[in-house]
Amino acid sequence: MATVELRFSAQPEHVRTARLVAAAVARRAGVDEAVLDEVRLAVGEACSRAVGLHRGNGVVTPIRVVLTEGEKTFSIEVGDEVPGAGAEVGGGVPGARAEAPAGDPDDVDGEDEMGLAVIRGLVDDVEVTVGEDGGTIRMSWPIASVEADADILS
Amino acid sequence: MDLSLSTRTVPGAGGDRTVVEVGGEIDVYTAPKLREQLVELVNDGSYHLVVDMEGVDFLDSTGLGVLVGGLKRVRAHEGSLRLVCNQERILKIFRITGLTKVFPIHTSVDEAVNAVD
Repeated sequence: MATVELRFSAQPEHVRTARLVAAAVARRAGVDEAVLDEVRLAVGEACSRAVGLHRGNGVVTPIRVVLTEGEKTFSIEVGDEVPGAGAEVGGGVPGARAEAPAGDPDDVDGEDEMGLAVIRGLVDDVEVTVGEDGGTIRMSWPIASVEADADILS
Repeated sequence: MDLSLSTRTVPGAGGDRTVVEVGGEIDVYTAPKLREQLVELVNDGSYHLVVDMEGVDFLDSTGLGVLVGGLKRVRAHEGSLRLVCNQERILKIFRITGLTKVFPIHTSVDEAVNAVD
């Protein structure tokens, strides 16, 4: 259960670093080469979304990315610290994330939702949770274990 | 890799077209630069744009948002925004977001420049 953890301040320029690290760790873990583009894109989307949430809500703590190599799967968790409504069933005080500014009014509405749509389209195993302490996007991909052993040269 | 942008005017079958050649990565950090370029072109009266994405290595939803924003702007002037892209990894993003129905996507700059609605 090898784990790599990355924390970065909510600056757009660091999202690329997160993508590169995630792709490198995924490759080492034995994720199929053909899927690495998806890993790169999905983690970039999740991090961009987290950066937007932190900046839009004035949250100064870093964004957390945890890359975990399991026996059969490689998983990525991207966590933000913007409190959510906590309870979608209602009754709770709506969280800040529901009121995140939309940004440039000329821009496309729901860019944030487009990011999530891309993640859902790309990744079969994805889980989005929102709690009082923030939100987490958890994604995982299968590991091509047989190829990984033979892939010593890369 | 940073984003590179260059523009040129090319005569097409339906009139002059402004070709925006984009290279590098379009993401949350670099997309504002592309947005500025598109806004500037429209403000300067270029309403028929062709965005050549053959040199793009990476595109995320922020980049898609900027392209949709550009499309909205040119349409307000009865213009057009056409894309040139042959890269499967980039086309896939347009496909899963359903944007292949929104943008005319061409296989060459020549084809895009000479396309007429």
